[in-house]
Amino acid sequence: MDNRQKEINNLKDYKYGFSTDIENIQAPKGLNEDVIKFISKIKKEPAWMLEFRLKAFERFKVLKEPDWQKPKFPKIDYQDLYYYSAPKSMKDKPKSLDELDPKLLETYKKLGIPLQEQARLNGIAVDAVFDSVSVATTFKDELTKQGIIFCPISEAIQNHPELVKKYLGSVIPTSDHFFATLNSAVFTDGSFVYIPEGVRCPMELSTYFRINASNTGQFERTLIIADKGSYVSYLEGCTAPMRDENQLHAANVELIALDDAEIKYSTVQNWYPGDKDGKGGIYNFVTKRGLCKGKNSKISWTQVETGSAITWKYPSCILKGDNSVGEFYSIAITNNHQKADTGTKMIHLGKNTKSKIISKGISAGSSDMTYRGLVDISSKAKNSTNYTQCDSLLMGNKCGAHTVPYIKNKNSDSNIAHEATTSKISEEQLHYCQQRGLNPEEAVGLIVNGFCKEVLQQLPMEFAVEAQKLVGISLEGSVG
Amino acid sequence: MKEQLQKDFDNSIKNLSLSQKDIEIKKFCLDNFIDKGFPNKKEEDWKFSDLKQIIKNNIGELSFYNDQASTNKVDTSVFVDGLEHNKIVFVNGRIEKIDFEYEKKDKIEIIDQSETINEFKNSNSLSDLNNAFTNKCFKILVKKGYQLVKPLIIYHTTNSKIWSKNINLRLNFELDKDSSLRLIDLFNDTSEKNFLNIFYNFELKENAVLKNYKVDKFENKNIKYAFNNIDQDKNSISETFILSSGSNFSKNEINCNLNGVYASAFVNGVFSLNNDKHHEIRSIINHLTENTKSYQLIKSVLDESSKAVYQGKIFVNSDAQKTDGYQLSKAILLNKDSEFNAKPELEIYADDVKCSHGSASGSLNEDSIFYLMSRGLSYQQSRELLINGFLLDVVEKITDSEIKNLIKNMIGIKE
Repeated sequence: MDNRQKEINNLKDYKYGFSTDIENIQAPKGLNEDVIKFISKIKKEPAWMLEFRLKAFERFKVLKEPDWQKPKFPKIDYQDLYYYSAPKSMKDKPKSLDELDPKLLETYKKLGIPLQEQARLNGIAVDAVFDSVSVATTFKDELTKQGIIFCPISEAIQNHPELVKKYLGSVIPTSDHFFATLNSAVFTDGSFVYIPEGVRCPMELSTYFRINASNTGQFERTLIIADKGSYVSYLEGCTAPMRDENQLHAANVELIALDDAEIKYSTVQNWYPGDKDGKGGIYNFVTKRGLCKGKNSKISWTQVETGSAITWKYPSCILKGDNSVGEFYSIAITNNHQKADTGTKMIHLGKNTKSKIISKGISAGSSDMTYRGLVDISSKAKNSTNYTQCDSLLMGNKCGAHTVPYIKNKNSDSNIAHEATTSKISEEQLHYCQQRGLNPEEAVGLIVNGFCKEVLQQLPMEFAVEAQKLVGISLEGSVG
Repeated sequence: MKEQLQKDFDNSIKNLSLSQKDIEIKKFCLDNFIDKGFPNKKEEDWKFSDLKQIIKNNIGELSFYNDQASTNKVDTSVFVDGLEHNKIVFVNGRIEKIDFEYEKKDKIEIIDQSETINEFKNSNSLSDLNNAFTNKCFKILVKKGYQLVKPLIIYHTTNSKIWSKNINLRLNFELDKDSSLRLIDLFNDTSEKNFLNIFYNFELKENAVLKNYKVDKFENKNIKYAFNNIDQDKNSISETFILSSGSNFSKNEINCNLNGVYASAFVNGVFSLNNDKHHEIRSIINHLTENTKSYQLIKSVLDESSKAVYQGKIFVNSDAQKTDGYQLSKAILLNKDSEFNAKPELEIYADDVKCSHGSASGSLNEDSIFYLMSRGLSYQQSRELLINGFLLDVVEKITDSEIKNLIKNMIGIKE
């Protein structure tokens, strides 16, 4: 096979694998105080923000990279990364979409995310993050009318400092673990959402993350605050170009739900997973944590993880308010040489708190998948309940599927139930489908979709369709 | 602690007639232990039970030297009545009696293995400690085709002559082809604040059957760690039952390697705890070849401020197709201060397997109590009946009816 043919074949596998040729401004390579000051300066941040970053950096210097995770990876040289990269045209922020670099618009069109508002019929407000900066946010006016704030976090730092100051770092403090602290020090952009008291957000809010530049770590920070009695559904999607080297993505996501508020956070993660031999791909080391601060609040995480060379994340809920509810629905699919170590943490602190975990893992090829979860019911969390179900499906005898739940119950009024199964697709099921005219790949697709249905149902409509297709594509070539 | 260890080590070596090479090996193990110390919660396997802290809080300073020169008197009152059995008696860590009176003498061989070092696949610093300080170690070999007529009871007794001491024990068993052994470990301690460190190694050849019942029932203030390594060949069966109740702290570890096809392992356990006892069972079942089976059932009843931990792992190698692995742990928390922690783990590298685990913990079901009370039982009676039934489930898994009845009587479970 000549090289060209190879390239075409590669492209077929990961259709978001192109890169955009665009002029960039980058911070000097490496990680030190000057780089952090550079980022803070270019973002025109107030002094308290720089202080926040430097405090985190101080802490980062004494932390060691954790090594307890199942997927091992070569040591990352944190001095060999660019911590800031932005399209040059974004230096002076364009006032409207018309002023946006056509190349950027083109990129997002290719990704299937038209940014022009007139092109949008399905009513989702999008914040597009390109490398280190947010390039466009749609539907701003309509949201502002309701008092909803949906903007890049760098804008929020300047325009709504009282909110950012109050909540930033309240769920993931600067003194958290290694990658979260690194993010606190060098985060560049991300989305900020504030839903005022009693408002039900009329449309899905969405952020689209794109890593473009090479040798860049993407560190975005998302902060969502749902005030009393409000509701918001938030979607997140991610892609990256195909590159031979591994790229680091270490984001922090903080959710805060006050009394009676509900936040629904959905992710379809399709970072570049590396090629068939496991070369390249994104390291997706993300910290996601939600705090049910108020009474009767609810946070629900839904994730479809198909991309990344290594996925290592545990979206968590801290159920502090009485009667609060935490939910976690996850599908993780690994193929070829992908590795995933993912799951959730449910920390019950308030009375009558409830949590539910549904996790479906599918591993194929030479991949390796681990569900790792914690359910912790403290002695004060009276009448709390947890239900956990994690099922794994194995395809082929070179892959692995592991389940590592930690269950701690310190309360005699609380109930915990945990179930896990591991199996393969039964020959009978396959035979039944094939007998009715499906080819083996279609049959597997159908069975897997059925296996994942409980989770797919939780996704908003537009996403569910995409996710379903993604499940099929990710498993291509794994049958037989 | 280092000086104490060194001093006690020199003392114990003096009393043994060991070759220079053996002393070197023992010294090496000692240095390993000095290096690592007692396991603490930073180690994943000891996450829920920080032994270092527990020893510090309950015993304080330990000493490691045991004077093995003088014999101890065997207290015959501890012997089990109404069941004819063979005996091995440990008093304060010293073997006082080995008696296979009911068996054919030429079918059982007792081999002195004091000079061999146990190598465990799953080693921790406690195995180093054990290797450094054990001074007598026997291997019990059950020869080809011989099935013991009567069960063997190993009495682990300690008396008030010792305190703040570390006692290390080691026994090896080999069950040759088609042989079988029923083994009961009975703990009977009148001593206080000692740390017992027990290592067993079982080697099961083709078609061998091992039934091991560990009964820790009587109240005592000791800290215990017991490690069973079981290697299983083709068609062999191992059954382990653990009653974990009496000691202040106890951790039972079972490491089972299913090396031959159609080998199967069963681990059943009961925690019945009160006061501020802290017990743990950790099991690792390694399915290393195809068509192997494992089954585990652990039930706990926890009162007052007691704490139980269950860490169970099913490992399935990529060659081990057609594995059947099952694991269930259930706990009833009777008091607001009691605590149950579980880490049921699956690590699977083969696709044609059936593995599942379940874990549940909660309070006694009030509806069930109401049901019983509406039929005339008092609250207390209903509660006892429910707990009784909950635990009976595990005891019923014991396949040997003679021993099942013995254990039922011991823990006062009614049918």
